[in-house]
Amino acid sequence: MATSSTTRFSVTNPRKSRVLTGFMALYLLYTLVPLVWLVINASKTQPALFSTSGLSFGGTFALFDNIGQTFTYNGGIFFRWLGNTLLYVVVGAGGATLLATAAGYGLAKYRFPGRRAVFAVVLGAVAVPPTALAVPTFLMFSKLGLTNTPWAVLIPSLISPFGLYLIWVYAADAIPDELLEAARIDGAGEIRIFLTVTLRQLVPGIITVALFTMVQTWNNYFLPLIMLSEPKWYPLTVGLNQWSAQANGAGAQPIFNLVLTGSLLTIIPLVVAFLLMQRFWQSGLSAGSVKQ
Amino acid sequence: MSRFRTRAKVAAAIALAAALAVGCSSGGGSSTAPAAATGNQDSVDAALKAGGEITYWSWTPSAKDQVAAFQKEYPNVKVNYVNAGTNKDEYTKLQNAIKAGSGAPDVAQIEYYALPQFALTDSLADLNQFGFGSFEKDYSASTWAQVKNGNGVYGLPQDSGPMALFYNKEVFDKNGITVPKTWDEYLAAAKKLHAADPTKYMTSDTGDPGAVLSMIWQAGGHPFTVDGRNVKVNFGDAGTKKWTAMWDQMIQGKLLAPVKEWSDDWFRALGDGTISSLVTGAWMPGNFISSVPGGAGKWAVAPAPTYDGQKAVTAENGGSAQSVVKQSKNPALAAGFVRWLNHAGGVQPFIKSGGFPSTTADLTSPAFVDEAVPYFGGQKINQVLTQASKDVAPGWTYLPYQTYANSIFSDTAGKAYLNATPLDAGLAAWQQAIVDYGNQQGFTVSAG
Repeated sequence: MATSSTTRFSVTNPRKSRVLTGFMALYLLYTLVPLVWLVINASKTQPALFSTSGLSFGGTFALFDNIGQTFTYNGGIFFRWLGNTLLYVVVGAGGATLLATAAGYGLAKYRFPGRRAVFAVVLGAVAVPPTALAVPTFLMFSKLGLTNTPWAVLIPSLISPFGLYLIWVYAADAIPDELLEAARIDGAGEIRIFLTVTLRQLVPGIITVALFTMVQTWNNYFLPLIMLSEPKWYPLTVGLNQWSAQANGAGAQPIFNLVLTGSLLTIIPLVVAFLLMQRFWQSGLSAGSVKQ
Repeated sequence: MSRFRTRAKVAAAIALAAALAVGCSSGGGSSTAPAAATGNQDSVDAALKAGGEITYWSWTPSAKDQVAAFQKEYPNVKVNYVNAGTNKDEYTKLQNAIKAGSGAPDVAQIEYYALPQFALTDSLADLNQFGFGSFEKDYSASTWAQVKNGNGVYGLPQDSGPMALFYNKEVFDKNGITVPKTWDEYLAAAKKLHAADPTKYMTSDTGDPGAVLSMIWQAGGHPFTVDGRNVKVNFGDAGTKKWTAMWDQMIQGKLLAPVKEWSDDWFRALGDGTISSLVTGAWMPGNFISSVPGGAGKWAVAPAPTYDGQKAVTAENGGSAQSVVKQSKNPALAAGFVRWLNHAGGVQPFIKSGGFPSTTADLTSPAFVDEAVPYFGGQKINQVLTQASKDVAPGWTYLPYQTYANSIFSDTAGKAYLNATPLDAGLAAWQQAIVDYGNQQGFTVSAG
């Protein structure tokens, strides 16, 4: 095969495909349109929502008024929901990340009896959708008297089999056994090795798991829906659904403008988190893809 | 939003399935609970005097004001008001808490269609034990029939929804439509209107199980027969067929606005005339006034169309009662709150919030009946609506697992709406699913 000097495509300079670029553009549009719709409609008053087209601005620009109303409606319950979500994310996702890191590392680097059994259980747990476990979990928590308390949401959030598996795979590759041996020879204890040597090596993996569990907890809907009955413990997802359901039936009190503005406010922190942590996320995703 | 709805539906289905399964395995063998002894109201009065604390679940807009007013009257009773979700969201939670054995409120708002489900599983207190059976004469016959199950009284009715025809007079007049008195006239009007102005529709219906059952009810259908745990389902009776024959023409003629009920589009369509009439419950005026500002002065109310144009007949659509949950540690106090709510001081705040009462005293009071409502161009709409509450066809029964049945409506009968296929086939599929599910849950369900 003759290589002409005019077309030089290589691994670092791949050929651009119009078809793929077109697909990318379509996909971009597909993901952006709902966001654009949300921003546009969050800027409308409820009467304007009822009288103007969904994909164009209309009426007065009421975004800031809507934000104000969202935070004050029903005695500022939205603030409370925001605080609850933050609590569930910080404690739940944070705890899940910590546990997954410690356990994943331990399973990757220590040999002990029953390791394969743990492996099987974790893999099995990844395969079971959390939705299927929600009702048994509810009945169990109810026996423990924990339903309708934050614990009912926090405790199940602490477990992330997928995160554990990810750290396990990542640690197996990212931490050379020689490094651990060197540390042991220098007289470091296992806890100290974990805290000073391992953790740093695992940062990309940890951030990936943190981001993953964060998104999962932030968007958690089904579990809090059945566990909690009092709005004061709701996270944003369940709270917004309650606002949305208010538009139904006799005595309906539709507040679509606040549902929309609330949804917009709800996704902003996640977007920010992604923008800040995407570097780590990318390096985490590619971890282990190349054998050294 | 639709994702939330779907998930909520799944949640309801799973939770109910689990709850019923638990209920059956724990030996709910008896077909009907023995009727509680008929007592009197002394214990209720004593409980109110002694005071205490109760929890109340409701999503009624007036609930907050009602609780405040109640506590003013009974300062030593503390009512924890919780909005635990609107309709099916609340039922899922209530059902879960009941089966779990703790966490249920003392008093809960339950719609009539969901009441048999809770009454039959022995989850609600029979109010006969407090002598509330004697209140029968104080409520419209159609609402009292809905809180009664067997000999038990499982709640006091709050609102009611006898159906009437709400129509946009401006759109009707502009297109030369006269108010239809029969369903044949209604069909003709729907065709004429949409032909004259293709942006306008007679009404909208994307397939709502509650509305469908009310329409069948009005047509004289009796799809459900319930005797304890024996259930018969039949969507093939003459009444049901009367409705499907008529409504098929609405669906297949594309005469229904493609707008989902209770969505922002729907409220918009009610305001701008896209949807020019609704046959729905008497609770609708409050919704018009608070959420459809664009329709002010244009809408009017008439009796629901009938099939023969002779005798006025209608059905209930929606409406709910307040019930005492059996789990309550202080049922007498809970009953006292329910009595105040729907039989005393709580009724007026409810009416003021736009609710349509079920108490005969209010349904006949001149102040209510003869009120000229500015939104409806000064029409005395309650004259029409209170008459409708007297014209409700008797003898209707809901399924003892209606909330589940409703949650699978769109997967079966709903397809008739989506694909414009005959309703009879869709209802037959729904019937089959209802029969199968009921038998799995330990009911004895037969078709036809």
